[in-house]
Amino acid sequence: MALSAVKTNSALPDLSRVALVDEVGVRERAARFQTRSIKKESKVEALKMVLSMIDLTTLEGQDTPGKVRQLCQKAMHLHASLPDLPHVAAVCVYPTMIGVAKKALGNHDIKVASVATGFPSGMAPRQIKLEETRIAVEEGADEIDMVISRGAFLQGEYAYVFDEIAAIKEACGAAHLKVILETGELGTLDRVRCASVLAMHAGADFIKTSTGKIQPAATLPVTLVMLQAIRDYYYETDRMVGMKPAGGISQAKLAVHYLVMLRETLGQAWMTHKWYRFGASSLANDVLMQLQKQATGVYQSADYFSKD
Amino acid sequence: MAAIGTRVPVAKTYKIYIDGKFPRTESGRYFVLENSDGDVIANICRSSRKDFRNSVVAARTAFADWSAASAYLRGQILYRIAEMLEGRSDQFVTELILQGESKRRAQKEVEASIDRLIHYAGWSDKYQQIFSSVNPVNSAHFNFSVLEPTGVVAVLAPDDSGLLGLVSNIAPVIVGGNTCVVLASEQMPLCAVSFAEVLHAADVPPGVVNILTGFREELVQQFASHMDVNAVVYCDGDADLAKDIQDHAANNIKRVIDRVDTDWSDDSAQNPYLIKQTQEIKTTWHPIGS
Amino acid sequence: MSSDSSKLAFNDGWQYAAAPESTDHVQIDAEYGLFIGGEFVAPADGRYFESINPATEETLSSIALASDADVDRAVKSARKAYNGPWSRLSAADRGKYIYRIARILQERAREFAVIESLDGGKPIRESRDIDIPLSAAHFFYYAGWADKLKYAFPGRKPASLGVAGQIIPWNFPLLMAAWKIAPALACGNTVVLKPAETTPLTALKLAEVIRDAELPPGVVNIVTGAGDTGAAIVNHPDVDKIAFTGSTDVGRLIQRAIAGTGKKYTLELGGKAANIIFADAAIDQAVEGIVNGIFFNQGHVCCAGSRLLVQESVADEVVQKLKDRMETLIVGDPLDKNTDIGAINSATQLETIESYLRLGQEEGAEMYQSSCAVPHRGYWCRPTIFTGVSQSNRIVQEEIFGPVLAIQTFRTLEEGLTKANNTPYGLSGGVWTDKGAKIFKLAQSVRAGVIWANTFNKFDPTSPFGGYKESGVGREGGMHGLAAYVRLEE
Repeated sequence: MALSAVKTNSALPDLSRVALVDEVGVRERAARFQTRSIKKESKVEALKMVLSMIDLTTLEGQDTPGKVRQLCQKAMHLHASLPDLPHVAAVCVYPTMIGVAKKALGNHDIKVASVATGFPSGMAPRQIKLEETRIAVEEGADEIDMVISRGAFLQGEYAYVFDEIAAIKEACGAAHLKVILETGELGTLDRVRCASVLAMHAGADFIKTSTGKIQPAATLPVTLVMLQAIRDYYYETDRMVGMKPAGGISQAKLAVHYLVMLRETLGQAWMTHKWYRFGASSLANDVLMQLQKQATGVYQSADYFSKD
Repeated sequence: MAAIGTRVPVAKTYKIYIDGKFPRTESGRYFVLENSDGDVIANICRSSRKDFRNSVVAARTAFADWSAASAYLRGQILYRIAEMLEGRSDQFVTELILQGESKRRAQKEVEASIDRLIHYAGWSDKYQQIFSSVNPVNSAHFNFSVLEPTGVVAVLAPDDSGLLGLVSNIAPVIVGGNTCVVLASEQMPLCAVSFAEVLHAADVPPGVVNILTGFREELVQQFASHMDVNAVVYCDGDADLAKDIQDHAANNIKRVIDRVDTDWSDDSAQNPYLIKQTQEIKTTWHPIGS
Repeated sequence: MSSDSSKLAFNDGWQYAAAPESTDHVQIDAEYGLFIGGEFVAPADGRYFESINPATEETLSSIALASDADVDRAVKSARKAYNGPWSRLSAADRGKYIYRIARILQERAREFAVIESLDGGKPIRESRDIDIPLSAAHFFYYAGWADKLKYAFPGRKPASLGVAGQIIPWNFPLLMAAWKIAPALACGNTVVLKPAETTPLTALKLAEVIRDAELPPGVVNIVTGAGDTGAAIVNHPDVDKIAFTGSTDVGRLIQRAIAGTGKKYTLELGGKAANIIFADAAIDQAVEGIVNGIFFNQGHVCCAGSRLLVQESVADEVVQKLKDRMETLIVGDPLDKNTDIGAINSATQLETIESYLRLGQEEGAEMYQSSCAVPHRGYWCRPTIFTGVSQSNRIVQEEIFGPVLAIQTFRTLEEGLTKANNTPYGLSGGVWTDKGAKIFKLAQSVRAGVIWANTFNKFDPTSPFGGYKESGVGREGGMHGLAAYVRLEE
């Protein structure tokens, strides 16, 4: 396939110098985060933070305008009887649904994120990926979630992958770019780290673990490696990059442990929806149930929380 | 018929144990187990080649996780099997008596079976230490040999033992990380099925042990010839049978383990060499330097 | 507030609320006697001492002080049990009793973990997740050896020794009791054990377990006390073997005291382990290994990685990451599930550590401590590192036994190795590199009994542990740990 040269300002980093990662060590450190016991007021604060960081997502072949409108309603009105709830950070949809979402959300703060670039496989010609991105931006997407070309990456075609990200970033204009690494297809944590460094140098505003369409999706170890890459990049360049684990986080307790990991790796500056998101669909309800349990002292039933 | 005024007991249905479940034989066939007076004790599943085939699939599927489980975990599970068997001793004593044992011998056999499980539980994290080696090769290499489980083991349990022979052949196979398919004694099959219940209660993962009842003659060839079985263990039979088994095993160079004429009640019948028989040895080299 | 060079802010914003482990299900008696002959008995001269909680300075219980007469009584009881029921039991039955101890410990695990943290100051997370499970696992492992000893000694017939006198330290109280008692019993011996005077409680609760497991009376005896009680055990003529874990200084005294008596002995003493980080290590995981090596358990670990040798080209990066990681360590109430670093075990130990902190600064090193808060009452030390040190500094040569790390750089493998070995100690060492050949080379060349490659402070009942040189003699754990408790006949 002929690749058109794309002009870019950023430079391909020296990937031979990317940090080595020991998998067993990462797993042990990740497991340690899960022994943190988050209770009482710090639990409530964490749960609300989780809510404010959710990108409420629907990316199904069977999505319709009706489905997307319902999603946006839920995004704006999470639960009738819990007071002081933050709203979610964004809704995430396919490009053909951006218009529906924008109309449904009206003037609300909630952002509209759209996938692009042949999501989820990324197996589309470069021109199509660029065109799809432009259309999404024209339709009003605030954020674009792109996928990297995993095949090229695994072949070692780093310049190709880099150029592609840089080109999509350019096509985004003012929209923020999240780069999905699809860590479940990368094989080792070394490669996850390498892909993270590549994406950040190419201009990513956020790096994201997964499309959520394959297993494994987000895990604590993979997320930890990406957070450490962000930290080192920040020390090197003074530029903050955001992080989004997506898929596989449906339990509030696990989401809180992700926040523990964030806090102890990057610190307080990253602990807002501006720099951290959860890509999730059913997580919100579990968080709401936990908040209700904290408020009433009683374990909850899913019957009392709307399933949209 | 129960006397008027006494309770009518509920008879047990004896099934087989495959992949952590208790199905009947897919063939629907059975044979009748009688006591020495000719009374019917139970209808026993006459397992088919398909049951064996399904068992091997289950055992192969279970092998990856079981062999990767830590030695500590396998030891804990074997100890738990012993605990569960101890708690149900009476049931097993009763079944042995039904099948012709005296009460005293039945009790001794059940106790010996429990103690045998404890013995092998204690080997789980030790046999590697006595059989491995670091080999002082004549080059700048670190060289070490370790044992690894061979895979799926087909076990023809001793025909003349209702419980102890069965346990004595299952324990060393699974403590070493293998999974197995076991053909129970044809003469005394009851305890084998009840033992499956004990395994189930002890959190032995599905597929690690699969237990079939049936006719030896029908199934021997299956046990010996299956291409996805790594070793076959047999405990009875004459030279002709041994030859037959060896012959079929040659299909895929199965490891053949002869335990004929073993006195399972003797202490010599429990030892780590029985574990080693279903282990491979892997040797690894790595340079030493900078 | 993080270190001056840090670009990250850890301590504002979202905090963790207190997450206290409940203690209301835990039973600690107001007073404990000595466990001799299968029951708790009063001390001969009626003297008791207090065991206090180092996090709150409150008294937990009043503990019997064993006099020479009490030690004599315990040894007689152990001898009687050895000559009688314990030797007459089949090996398999001996194993079954030890299995019972393991099982009961598992059942009562949470209670033991809470008491361990109350008595010694270590975080509940560590006693719950490491100390207690490892203790039970140790009993499990050695229970299995009881009827298999002949396989562990090719060409020899192992036989029991008799009565073992065992003296253990305060840093892993229950675990050290398990490390001593389990192999001794498995090999057919009986035991007189003295726990450390600041941490007697879990040993006394273990005595309850031993009694509930119905071990024949006198097989295990627990005598509480301090240095004098220990000396009485060491000097008793009817003790066949001494096992000691503690400081090198006391180990030396013991070796002298036993000289010429024919008593067998094993000593597990101090250390000043070097953690060596090469430029080609997985740096983030190596930093975690450093933290694991010196800050957990408050650095009260004989095999602690108390010296960091980092290859110069990555030294700045490692130190910065280490400082950032130190900022996230929580020093506080041992019973809080979020505590990373608990209380220093005693006022005495805290004084020792603080004197080294002063010394290090006097010697010209630069000291850095994390900025976390510490409680008012109790004994606390923040995680501390010293940079700008040299090999001759006393803080580099001497064992501090606290959360204090001395950092040096090296340039070549040979230099790192020389520095690592340049110590009278030899208990453990750490090697961090992604290159396999280097791991085996270092493992071959570092003169220490335990080498951790790309990991640190890992323990397992199957894995032998013990030191070279002044870190002690003999090995505990694994098949090799049996040798200390048998006599080998031909």
